[in-house]
Amino acid sequence: MALIYDVLIVGAGHAGAQTAIALRQQKFAGSVAIIGDEPDIPYERPQLSKEYLSGEKAFDRIRIRPLLFWQEQGIDLLLGRKVEAVDAVGHQVRCDDGAVFGYRSLVWATGGQPRRLACPGGGLAGVHSIRTRADADRLMSALLPARRVVIVGGGYIGLEAAAVLRKLGKDVVVLEAAERVLARVAGEVLSRFYEEEHRRHGVAMRLNARIDGLEGKEGRVTGVRLSSGEVLAADLVIVGIGISPAVEPLLAAGAEGGNGVLVDRWCRTNLSDIYAIGDCAAHPNRFADGTIIRLESVQNASDQATLVARNLTGGDEQYAAIPWFWSNQYDLRLQTVGLSSGYDQAIVRGDVADRSFSVIYLKAGVVVALDCVNAVRDYIQGKLLVVSRAKVPLKMLADTRLPLKSLAGERAL
Amino acid sequence: MSRLLVVTSDGTERVFEAGPGNSVMEVIRDNGLEELLAICGGCCSCATCHVYVDPSFADRLPPMSDDEDGLLDGSDYRRPESRLSCQIPFDEGLDGLRVTVAPAG
Repeated sequence: MALIYDVLIVGAGHAGAQTAIALRQQKFAGSVAIIGDEPDIPYERPQLSKEYLSGEKAFDRIRIRPLLFWQEQGIDLLLGRKVEAVDAVGHQVRCDDGAVFGYRSLVWATGGQPRRLACPGGGLAGVHSIRTRADADRLMSALLPARRVVIVGGGYIGLEAAAVLRKLGKDVVVLEAAERVLARVAGEVLSRFYEEEHRRHGVAMRLNARIDGLEGKEGRVTGVRLSSGEVLAADLVIVGIGISPAVEPLLAAGAEGGNGVLVDRWCRTNLSDIYAIGDCAAHPNRFADGTIIRLESVQNASDQATLVARNLTGGDEQYAAIPWFWSNQYDLRLQTVGLSSGYDQAIVRGDVADRSFSVIYLKAGVVVALDCVNAVRDYIQGKLLVVSRAKVPLKMLADTRLPLKSLAGERAL
Repeated sequence: MSRLLVVTSDGTERVFEAGPGNSVMEVIRDNGLEELLAICGGCCSCATCHVYVDPSFADRLPPMSDDEDGLLDGSDYRRPESRLSCQIPFDEGLDGLRVTVAPAG
C-alpha cells in the first residue's frame, strides 16, 4: 500500500520548497512531502551563477532552510528520485526507483532542464551548464586548471558567469546568436550597456555568432568552431541557452500544455487536484495582458507557491503578483519589475555613463516595466507605476528631478 | 556564541544562538523560522527580510546603504527602526540583539 500524502510536491526548487513552507505557515496540519531528483535539500539556485560559483558562499549558506527545519515541520524530503509517471485517476506518482506515492493534491514544481547544444560535439566532456548544485560543483572543479572559457549564450546566466569568471582571472568569450545580449528579455539600451561593461572587464563579446560544432580531443572539448571556420580555443565551455520545462510525465498523464503545463489563474491544471507552479507553469499573466507565458524567476516560483498553499487551505486567490527579477554582475545591481515584452516605447531615465539609470518600457503609453541599474529607488517606485498602469508623459519619466512615485497618480483611463 | 531574540508576527519571542560569520537574516532562517521569506538570499535585492531592530542597539548596527534605504522605502510598514536583516552581520557585539519580523508588503 503506497504512502498517501495530503499534499505531494514534485520538485525541490524554490517553488516546491515555498509551497511546503507556506502550507505550514497557513497552519496546514496534513501530511506534506517534497520529491526532488537532486540529492540536496532545497537551496537557492540564483546564487549558483554568482556567490556560490565565485566561492563567496558555501552550500550551507544557500540552503533555503536547514535540514532541521524540514524535520521539525514534518515535511518529508524524498530526495534523489525522479517522478516518471503520474496516474491522475488513481492519484499516484511512480518514481524512477520504483517507489509509488499517493496524493490528495499534487503540486508539480519541477522547473526545467538546461537546453543542450544540438551541434556536433555538444556531448563532449568539459561542456557545462549551471542549473544544479552538482552542475556548479563540476564546473568549479573543472575551472581550477582552465584558462580559456567560452560561454554560449548572452542571457543572464551566461553574463553572470562571465562576470564571476573574469573575477577569477579566466579568459572569457561570450557567444551570442542574436545581434545583442539579453535580446529576449530587455531593450537595446540595456543590452548595449551590458555588452560594453563586459568588454571593459575584458570579456570578448561575439554577437551574431553561429556555432558549427565543438572540437575535442580524446573526448574532451578543446574549442568552439564558428560557421566562419574560425575556431575559438576553449578549456571548457559553459552553455546558458535556456531551459526546457520538465513536464513530460504530466503531459503523458493527460495534462494540457506543450512548452510547460497549462494552468489557470488558480495554478490548476486540467487534471483534478493537480497544480503546476514556477518555471514549468504556462499561466495567464496579468502583466502580460492575460496572455499565457512561462516565467523563469524566483519571484514567480515563490508567489505561485504561496498562492497554491493558500488555496489548498481554504483560500480562493487568483495569480496577480507583479513580476520582478534581479541580476548582479560586477558592481552592477540590475533590478527588473514588470514585463517588457511587447513594449513599443523605451526611454532612459538617468545617465547610462553614470552606471546608474533605468530603462522604462511603455506599451500604448502605459508603463509596463522598468530595468533599473544601480537605481533601487526607481525600481521600488517604478513598481507603483506598473501596478497602477500609469500613463505618464515620456518627458516626465525621463526627468530625474521627479521621483517616480510622484508620477504614480498619472493614471490610464 | 551570541544570542539573538526574534519576535514573530504573533508576538512570540524566540531565542537563537549563533556564532559569527552569518547575517541576522541567515541566523533567523537557519533556525527554521518559516515567516521570514528572504527571497533573494541576502544580496539586498528584495525587501523580504525586513525587521524592526530594538532601538537600543541602533548605534551598534552597520550604517544603512543607499540600496537598503531605497528597498525599505518600498514597504508600507517601514518604521525608523526598520532594517533588512541580510545587511546586518551578526557577531558578539550584537549579543542579545532583539528584532521583530515586519509584516510583508
